[in-house]
Amino acid sequence: MQKRALFSGSALPYLLVLPQLAVLLVFFFWPAGQAVFQSMTISDPFGFRVIFVGLDNFKSLLSGKEYWSSVRVTTMFTLCATFLSLAGGFFMAVFADRAIRGQRALKLLLIWPYAVAPAVAGILWLFLFHPMFGSIALFLKAIGVPWNPSLNGTHAFVLVTLAAAWKQFSYNFVFFLAGLQAIPKSLIEAAAIDGAGPATRMVKIVFPLLSPTTFFLVVMNFVFMFFETFGIIHAVTQGGPGNSTNILVYKVFRDGFIGQDLGSSSAQSVLLMIIVMVLTVFQFRYVERKVVYA
Amino acid sequence: MVEHTGWFDRVATALLIVGTIAVCLPILLALVVVSMPDGQELQAVYFIPGGHFLENMARAWTREDLGRQIVNSLVMAAGITVGKIAICIISAFALVYFQFRYRQIIFWMIFATLMLPIEVRIVPTYEVASNALLPAQQIATFLGFDLNLQWSLLNSYWGLTLPLIASATATFLYRQFFLSVPEELCEAARIDGAGPLTFFFYILLPMSLTTTAALSVILFIYGWNQYLWPLLITTDSSMSTVVVGVAQQIAVDEADPKWNMVMAAAIIATLPPVLVVLLLQRWFVKGLVDAEK
Repeated sequence: MQKRALFSGSALPYLLVLPQLAVLLVFFFWPAGQAVFQSMTISDPFGFRVIFVGLDNFKSLLSGKEYWSSVRVTTMFTLCATFLSLAGGFFMAVFADRAIRGQRALKLLLIWPYAVAPAVAGILWLFLFHPMFGSIALFLKAIGVPWNPSLNGTHAFVLVTLAAAWKQFSYNFVFFLAGLQAIPKSLIEAAAIDGAGPATRMVKIVFPLLSPTTFFLVVMNFVFMFFETFGIIHAVTQGGPGNSTNILVYKVFRDGFIGQDLGSSSAQSVLLMIIVMVLTVFQFRYVERKVVYA
Repeated sequence: MVEHTGWFDRVATALLIVGTIAVCLPILLALVVVSMPDGQELQAVYFIPGGHFLENMARAWTREDLGRQIVNSLVMAAGITVGKIAICIISAFALVYFQFRYRQIIFWMIFATLMLPIEVRIVPTYEVASNALLPAQQIATFLGFDLNLQWSLLNSYWGLTLPLIASATATFLYRQFFLSVPEELCEAARIDGAGPLTFFFYILLPMSLTTTAALSVILFIYGWNQYLWPLLITTDSSMSTVVVGVAQQIAVDEADPKWNMVMAAAIIATLPPVLVVLLLQRWFVKGLVDAEK
């Protein structure tokens, strides 16, 4: 819905949008266009010759094993970390909502991880799970798990998943707590009077009322796990061991800047953009629906 | 009245405490590690502090170029926050309060950038950053002019901030907010003879203060915690940010990192954004939740 426009300047509105458009053109549309263009070319490492190859980069990407293995890792990573983080955030919000005393202090203790940079979060967790120093690693060894994330792909995967889930936990917690506190107390009380116990109320009232929040959070978590976890991967595992944590965004970086394969890296960028656009469209469909029914 | 008795409350409280400890565990261990004397970080596994906390923090602070990197991070985070808010608030104002040609097209152009983070277009963005006038030059070449334009953003504060300002989330937040401002306010201002700029500076801007405060908190943390972009465009370590600096300390493969120093640096790097979140908690929560709408 657009507001009834109230001013009709001649040059002023253009001047007002100019700075944003200029920045977007130079740092967004131009690079995005370049990515699309480069994804259809191959060039030698020094950039002297550029050959147009059509969709060959995409074809060789999608027919190779490596890309699909990265897709698999990314999907597993995103699903696991999102699930852990959402479940953790939800249950902690439910408990915190019920807590009678110390709610403020608790909230502070639970929201600070939001402020930790992903790369630093990765380092904190790396130490916790460090095969020589880490408390949890030593505990695992004591109960017979030969823990070593620098050699074992599964261990590395678990490590980065936990770090990512932890980092995103606070975000989910804040939203779920705000959502829970927005549920009218009268609804809960009416259900309680009708004889619904805590579990029934949770399933029949709280879940449905929180479903828009949950949906929003799923999308936001996906976006976070897809892109912003780059710092965790780069600082902790560098995609290894043996590509076991080589998520898509890390692969774009590795192929583009370390492997100098610009064509393939750009093709991957284009595919990533398409994935995010699909997510965004999803998101806005839902926002529209919410506005209609609100 | 909802029941508030019995085992359920006690279980919930117990789980809440366990969960809170679990969430705080990484930072607790980091604090213990910092307090360990050199070479005895291994002892930290038992969570018993070693008594050298302040000393090691001070050593970490003077070691490396931590001070310099903190300044860089501050400039970058502040630059992104101020820059983004400034350009977004005026473009949202134009989009909501003006009728002009191409308004719809411009709106969709800005809309299209929503949610596409810099990570998906790093290689070409890096090329633009190494010469910000590249688009102009290539267009000129295409049109037959022979220009040589060069403005490299590598290893500069412009390079650290400008490319990250190129996204539209804040524009949308302000647009939503302006749409919720009653139209009568603007009509009244116009009857009193206020032009668009007077209305903007004297009425709309003061009204947007809470939104701006909330947004600033979120953007500051976003800017401070950037990793991939500063990693790429700063080759000179004196232009590096503190988050990148910390990560580089453990990337040195040959020697085992000095964990007490690494953790001290990690804590120093984390302190400013954590303080912002804790001290401005109300704005922070509002900023997060507002972005949903």
